[in-house]
This record gives sequence, C-alpha cells and structure tokens, in this order.
Amino acid sequence: MMKILKKLWKGLFGKKGELKIGFYGPPNAGKTSLANVISEDWTGESIGKVSEVPHETREIQYKEKVEIKHKGKILVFKIVDTPGIATRIDYEDFLHYGLKKTEAKRRAKEATQGIIESIKWLDDMDAVVVVLDAAENPYSQVNITIVGNLVARKIPVLIVANKIDLKNANIKKIEAAFPEYEVIGISAKKKTNMDGFYAALFKLARKI
Amino acid sequence: MKLNKKIKGVSLHIIPFSEIRDLSISDRIKKILTLVLSSKVLIIQGRLRPEEEIRLIEDTMAMVDHVKSFRGIELAVIEPDMGNENMFMKIKKGIAKTLVGHHNALTIVGPASIVKEIKKDPRKLEVLLR
Repeated sequence: MMKILKKLWKGLFGKKGELKIGFYGPPNAGKTSLANVISEDWTGESIGKVSEVPHETREIQYKEKVEIKHKGKILVFKIVDTPGIATRIDYEDFLHYGLKKTEAKRRAKEATQGIIESIKWLDDMDAVVVVLDAAENPYSQVNITIVGNLVARKIPVLIVANKIDLKNANIKKIEAAFPEYEVIGISAKKKTNMDGFYAALFKLARKI
Repeated sequence: MKLNKKIKGVSLHIIPFSEIRDLSISDRIKKILTLVLSSKVLIIQGRLRPEEEIRLIEDTMAMVDHVKSFRGIELAVIEPDMGNENMFMKIKKGIAKTLVGHHNALTIVGPASIVKEIKKDPRKLEVLLR
C-alpha cells in the first residue's frame, strides 16, 4: 500500500525525494566497511563500527544526504546499512571470538532483532547493493532469498563482490551465479576499484 | 575410553505439495516451524515463494529470540531439472513457477541444532549433520 502511494506521489509531483540505497547481504561480507568508505569519501564521517566478529551491525544505520560526484554528475542519496541476514544465530559461535557468555547471548539476541529489522526495511528501499564476500560460495539460500525478494519487488540491484584482495576470492563464481547483474569486484578494506563501484552506483540509480 | 555419545538418528519428514498448497503464508510458515521445533528435518515438495522464504527467516529469528535452545534453521532448495542454469534463471523460474503451483523442486529445512550446514553449488547439495 505504501509503495503504491509512494509511486502515486512520484507520478503526481515527478519528485523522487532522497533516494534510499540499501546495503544488504550475509553477515561479515563487508557491508559496513563499504558504507563507511563511501560515507568517509563524501561526508568525512563513518557510519558504523566494523569487526571480524559476525553480526557487528545489529541495528539499521544510515547516513542522509550523501552527495557523490562522478564524471560531472551528482547523486544524492541516503545510505542504509543493514544487519547481515542469516537463518541461524547461535551465541556459542561468538564464544570462539573471545566473547564472554553473557556478552555473546546479548549479541545473539540483538542480532536476531537486527535481521528482522533488515527484512522490514526491504520494502522501503529504492535500490539495493547486495554485498557478497568474494571468497565465499555465492550459492547460499540466504543470497538467493535476498535477490529473489528484490526481483519480486522490482527493486534495482547491484552486486558487489567484496574482499577481492583475498587470495581465494573468486569474482567469476559470483558472476556465473548472477549473470543478469553487473558484478563489481572491490576491496572496501583496501579501497580497491572504488571508481568502478561509483560508476556502477550511478548506473543503478538510473534504473530507479 | 568410554563413549558417551549415541547416534540418535535423524527424523525426516516429507511434506507433499498438496499438504501446503491451500495454506496461507502464515499457516505454511507456522507448519514448517512447528515441525522444525520438534527436531524434524523437512523435505518439502516444491519451493516457497521469495516472500515466504524471507518471512520464514523473519519468523525463525523471532523464535530464536523467544524459544530457549532454538538456534535457527538451515535452508536450501534444489531443482533437479535446472542443474545447469544460473541462479538468476532459477530465481526467475522459481518465482514464475511458484505462482502456478510449481512443485518440481525440493525444499530442505532443518533445525540448526541438527543440520550443521547445507553446502550447495549449482550441481550438488550436501547436508552436513551435527
């Protein structure tokens, strides 16, 4: 209903307002790292904390009015960084990272709520950047479910293969899995190919 | 050395498509989660629609939050007739076919406490148990 009203509003007034671009994907793919690089590049401020412990981002975090420039064009949008989507949360997994039991349990509880929040925000996105770990198998059901839901909702998608600096990174596997989408290989950590990413982001915005 | 661990076995529960065809989204998800909570690994004829899959994840998380010792699910879909196609085509065909009641695929759902991992690549599926 909200989507119909939004489209009607756009149709009547020809204005999209501030675009909301969501960063979705499985945990630890580097969504916040990428969102931080973009935000730091164009606003001078980061969005969130990153960590090797999965589910570091457990709440939606965003940065409004991010203005990026590329080849004389300007794109203003709201970056929406979402908690990683998973089908299981086990507090014991966090103990391996040195967390104490109470802390691990609290993290697990917050992570479950974060996933629910991520899913609820899906409908509100104008476009989505799906961030995948280039060193991981892309054929997981979570990835299929996320992309399937974006296709069903007709939300434009850009797929980012992050962590291409890792030895076992394999962009070709991700490209083979999603040949209908542009796959941009980057390393948010090393800031590799960010120019390519910004060019792809402009292309994505044109599909909205 | 004394061995304390027993192989308890795994309870597989097959759900034919006819059993869930007429259920609402809520009832389908409720049925799946009720069985998963009773430690059954489900093999469902057919696949869920994308909005049902995401709802299953959402409701699973709500249950992890509220049910002690429940850690979530492992989930995978196999489509035997589409082994050589890419994921996008599978998604597209999956959406199209679910709308007309497609039931050629198989959906595997198991409690994370029993199913450690479901490894999937385009041509094979491996279910690893704890």
